[in-house]
This record gives sequence, structure tokens and C-alpha cells, in this order.
Amino acid sequence: MSSMTVAAKSKRTNGTQKPNKATPKTEMTGGEILLTTLSDIGVEVIFGYPGGVVLGLYDSIFKLTDKPRHILVRHEQGGTHAADGYARATGKVGVVLATSGPGATNTVTGIATAYMDSIPMVIFTGQVSSEMIGNDAFQEADIVGITRPITKHSYLVMDPGDVESVIHDAFHIASTGRPGPVLIDLPKNTLNGKGVYTGSYKVAIKSYKPSKSGNHPKVAKAAELLNNAKRPLIYAGGGIIQGEASKELTALAKKSGIPVTTTLMGLGCFPETDPQSLGMLGMHGTWCANMAISECDVLLAVGARFDDRVTGNLDGFSQHSKKIHIDIDPSSISKNVAIEVPIVGHVKNILPDLTKLVKKTKIDDWKATIKNWQTVHPLRYKKQKGAIMPQFLIEKISEITKGEAIIATDVGQHQMWVAQLYKFNHPRSMLTSGGLGTMGYGFPAAMGAAVGCPERDVVCISGDGGFQMTAFELATAVEHKIPVKVIILNNGYLGMVRQWQELFFGGRYSHSHLAGGNPDFVKLAESYGAVGMRTDKEEELVPLLKKCMAIKHKPVIFDVLVKQEENVYPMVPAGAALQDMVDTED
Amino acid sequence: MKHTISVSVQHSFNALSRIVGLFSGRGYKIDSISFGEGEEPGMARVTITASGDEQVIEQITKQLHKIVDVHKVADLTYIPFVERDLALIKVKATPTSRSEIMQVCGVFRAQIIDITPKTLTIEVTGKKDKVDAAISMLRPFGIKEVARTGSVALKREFKGLT
Repeated sequence: MSSMTVAAKSKRTNGTQKPNKATPKTEMTGGEILLTTLSDIGVEVIFGYPGGVVLGLYDSIFKLTDKPRHILVRHEQGGTHAADGYARATGKVGVVLATSGPGATNTVTGIATAYMDSIPMVIFTGQVSSEMIGNDAFQEADIVGITRPITKHSYLVMDPGDVESVIHDAFHIASTGRPGPVLIDLPKNTLNGKGVYTGSYKVAIKSYKPSKSGNHPKVAKAAELLNNAKRPLIYAGGGIIQGEASKELTALAKKSGIPVTTTLMGLGCFPETDPQSLGMLGMHGTWCANMAISECDVLLAVGARFDDRVTGNLDGFSQHSKKIHIDIDPSSISKNVAIEVPIVGHVKNILPDLTKLVKKTKIDDWKATIKNWQTVHPLRYKKQKGAIMPQFLIEKISEITKGEAIIATDVGQHQMWVAQLYKFNHPRSMLTSGGLGTMGYGFPAAMGAAVGCPERDVVCISGDGGFQMTAFELATAVEHKIPVKVIILNNGYLGMVRQWQELFFGGRYSHSHLAGGNPDFVKLAESYGAVGMRTDKEEELVPLLKKCMAIKHKPVIFDVLVKQEENVYPMVPAGAALQDMVDTED
Repeated sequence: MKHTISVSVQHSFNALSRIVGLFSGRGYKIDSISFGEGEEPGMARVTITASGDEQVIEQITKQLHKIVDVHKVADLTYIPFVERDLALIKVKATPTSRSEIMQVCGVFRAQIIDITPKTLTIEVTGKKDKVDAAISMLRPFGIKEVARTGSVALKREFKGLT
């Protein structure tokens, strides 16, 4: 058995293998088969919410001893984001359980978020009894139909005897190839009816064989291009993190000396404190990363998908380069940008092959050019007396946590400042909704991460807008003593909306002002039994941050009143090419 | 350019929806689609004709491949293949026009499968062009209804004399 097969197998479990206590070939209810099978797979935790048609299953959760831990969330959207955060932080499959109808539809935003970022997740939804399907029964929704475009695969299980095999198949599909969410819809009579549990099902899906190895002649071609390049660049994405290939990428970069820029999803796959790191590229990327990708002569894209927030205007994107693209998903190759050397396969297997063939590049001129961009156009902001600059806050969080924390974010200005200024040195440390851009993602995702990685500090950096979208999950965090630190960059606005209104809509702040209705976040935290803190003074910031980080066994809300109308720079205006980016406000 | 894509797929309730949903969700246009049982029990064959530039068709075939239930995707466009479209055409027919309609049917080797004092229902099989031509020849008599299968196609095995 190759090491790859072992890696894929261990990755698809959500925990350590436990001995299965149920006797094989016994008759059980569908719900009992479900819990026993999850236990067989090694699932540690389910984020769920009960309801009508899943009452029988919840009764089994109550009665069975050998089963995963169940965490009661306060809204199914929070449950899906928590499972997603768990999956991103641990590399295991996240598991969600919801009832039919509204319970199921509440998972939709979370499923779409996971789908866009290729996160392995299995979602169980209850469904009305099979004879009622199609009758517009109470709490009936065609959730398989509703989620079809946002799931990698889905099942409607009509026979309790199929529950075991479907769950094994679903975990396999969710976690292999390009990962993604898989939904399993379970009618009430499937959950409550009896079927045979075998305990010995082996996954074999004829039509599903994700590629594993690379196309070796093309790896040689790629190495030749890189070895002869004068201005080479590595552009690394979330695929490196999903494919557990950070070490392999770092080895390639170190041997060749080629500089590395990462996407938002790739942050942490290459240490940002390394001199070869150019930081993030794209709309709010660093000046040097965007100039480097515009000027390079050979571009090696690995586990990235040439997203529009990365490329800017496609006509002006990296016009002088020959492009090599390594990806597990053939449909990502040449989708937006034509590729000279396409390599389909698993990054963890292909990168070492490529590393063997590359030589130390002689690119001193190129390095000097990059150095010059970094010196002339660093990330910078102007301090303002009497105000906490949001960028300063992120820098301090980065310093105090030494770049070792898991950071979850919502979407908008704070997310971009985190991406620019937090020095990520490890993979699986940045949890953010890159593709879908889901507000309300950060806090529940941080909860999921803290459940999966109790030994690490987990910080949710959010805004006053995003946090309020899922703030009620404070109840879950308090109940389960999940020590997530929520740091709110409170500027009283939907900051990124306001920034665009300022820059492109004549400063008409249409419905982007929040301060008038914001709650007292300290009191909000305290009312749930969490710790609340607040400051608007720069000199208080570091001591309070340290105090916040030291609190264990309880969630903390730290409301930081930052400068209200600050903008994220540098910036590539919508529709412009990367090399036309704007450095600062003036 | 028109492409004919043949897909071998699991005959599951979800598979056809996923295939059709792929086209609508990604903004690709289907010209015709046919779905029916395949060579083995539990399998289905889908034949899709779609127009688009090379990049779009490449994406369509790659995206079809990604559907978990899909076994095989073949773009038949650049290889020899056989293709048929079947149409049932109901035309108005009077005792005076009936023989003329039957002459047209003879030219297209079409069958008359239903007859009433006022109508004829005609079955015509062939490549899309032939079926189009038959319909246009029958139109002056007054077409009441048309049902077409869309293309069904398979790779041609016979290598000579094509």
C-alpha cells in the first residue's frame, strides 16, 4: 500500500479509530446504524440541532454509549460553520446534523461556504417519511434539490440497510480528490426503521476515482522551465493546505530559491516570516506580490484556481509568463487562464518529484527587483492620535500570539488586514470564507476549531457587523466551555461596504452605518456568561490583549473601538489589472 | 461549434439533475439532451449536444467528469461517430393531401404510425439535418405537434470507408 493511500485513509476519519462495540450483522434502527458507523469511522464530534423527524435519532444519541460527542449549537448555520472550522483546523471531516425543512435550509449558507473553499464535510438532514415526500408535508423541503449545486455529492437514503454504506461512501467522497461537502438526507422511516448493520463495509465507488499521481513527463518540462527562468514565482493556494503539502512546498522553495506568494486560502502554507515569502497577492495583496506576478517569466501555480480576486483583470494578468499549474481538479486548469504545462494530481506526490528535478536558480537580479518593491512599497498605514488603528491591533495580536494561533475571520476590512498583517507560519491556521465571502462565519468556525484543537489558541477576529450575524452561538461556547477569543474591530460600519461607497459611490453611505444599533458587546458577553472587555485607548490595548489571551475555559468578547473611517490599502480597483494597483490613499 | 457529448452515468435519481444543473448553474447552453437506460442494469447513457467555443466545451467535459455518478465522458465531435434523432410529427391530412404527404414520407423513409380522417402521425429517424428537412417539407401541410428525442450517439467502431 502506498503512503498516499494511508494518508487518504487517515485523513478521511474525524478522529482516532475506536474499537467498534456493536456486534456485526445485527439488526438496528437506521439512527443506531448511523451513530455506530460514525463511531467506526472515528468521528469525534457532531454539531447538531434536534427537531421533529430526527427525534428517534436524538433518542439514540441519548441512549447509546459508543457514539461521537454531540454539541448543541443554537442555529444550524452556526453548526455548519463550526463543522467547517473543525475541518479546516484539523484536516478531518466535519459533521453536521439538522432536522428536515427549516433545519435543513438553515445549513445552506454553511454548505455553500464549505463548497466554495473545498472543505470536507458531511451533512445529515432529516426528511419527512418516504411516503409523505412530495406532499408538502409539515417541515418538508427538497434539501437534496436545494443543495445540489453546492454539494460535491448527495444521497437520499430510502432503506435503513443502506445507511452504513452511504456514510462510508460519503466520508470517502468528502475527503478525497478535491474535498467538499456531501449531504445525506434521511427520511424519518429510514432513521426509525430497522436494517442490518454489517460493520465490514468497504468503500468501492466505480465511477469515482480521483487522480493521485502526477504526469511525469510534464513534471520534467515544469522543472526545465523553472531551471531556465530568470524571474520565476510560486503562487500557492489552499490546495497546499488541503493536500497537507506545506513541507513539500517549502522544500521546493528552499531548494530552488524561488519566491513564494500565497492566496488568501493559502496563507500559512509557507512561513510568512521567511525572506522568500512575498505575502498575499490579489485585490488587497502586497505591492511586491502583485508586481512580481505581473513581471515574472515562469509562474508555478500550485493548488490555486486563478480566482478573480487573485487575478484582477484577466487581460492584464501575468502577461509575460509561461504558466505551470499543479492541481487535483482538472477543471481548475485553464478555466480562467491558459496554462502551458498542466499537471493533474495530488500536490503531496507531485511536489517532491518536481523538487528532485529543480536546481538552485540564479536569480539575483530578480531578487533585487523584488527587494526594491518591498522597500519602496511596504504595507503601511498612518497613525492617528487618539485612535486605535485597526492595522495596529492586528499587528499586536500577531506579536502576542507569535503567529501561532488559529485565526478565524468574517468578511471585509478586518479579514484583509488579518491576511496582510498577521504573520501566519503554519498551515490550518487561517480560517476564512475566501470563496463565498460569508459574514457570520468567523465565530462559529472558531468554536469548531477550538473543539478540534483544544491545545491551540483560537482567536476570532471579526467586525461589529459580521459578529452580530452569529453572535447567539455565545450560548454554545459558554455551555461547552469553548475558550474562543472574539476580538471585534468595532468601527461602527460595514467597513468594506463603506470603503467602496467612499471610493466609488461618492461617499454616500447607504445603509452601511451600524453604530446606531450596535449592542453593548461587553454586556452582551456577560449576559451569556462570557467575559466582556472593551477599550478605545491604544495604551490599554496590549495589556488587555494579554489578559484576554490568558482566559481559559470561557469565551471572551473583546470590543476594540478602532478608527472608524480607515481604508484597506493597497488595492486593485475592480476591473483593473494587478499592476495597476493603488498603493495608498494619497 | 456544435459538440456531441456522450456520458455514461449511474442511473440514480440525482444523476440527471446534476448533469442538467451543471449546464444551467454555469451558464452553458444545451441544444438537446437524451437520457435512457444504458448497456448494463443500473446504468444510463446521456447524449448532450451543446454549442460553445473550445474552452467552454473543455470545461463542460471536465465538469461532467467531476460528477461522482459519472463513469465516462466522451466528446465525440472529433472522432467518427453515429448519431440519430427520432421525431414523431403529427400533420393535418385531408383525403386530397394524404397521398402527397405519403410521397414526402417515402423520400425520407418515414413511417406512418397513426392515421385518422384528419391527421397522420409520422415517425422519422436520421441525423438532425434529415429530421429538420422532413419537418420543413411537412410544414406546409400543417404541423399540429412534434416530439423529438434529440440526438443519441455512439462512437463508430468501423474504421474504413467512412
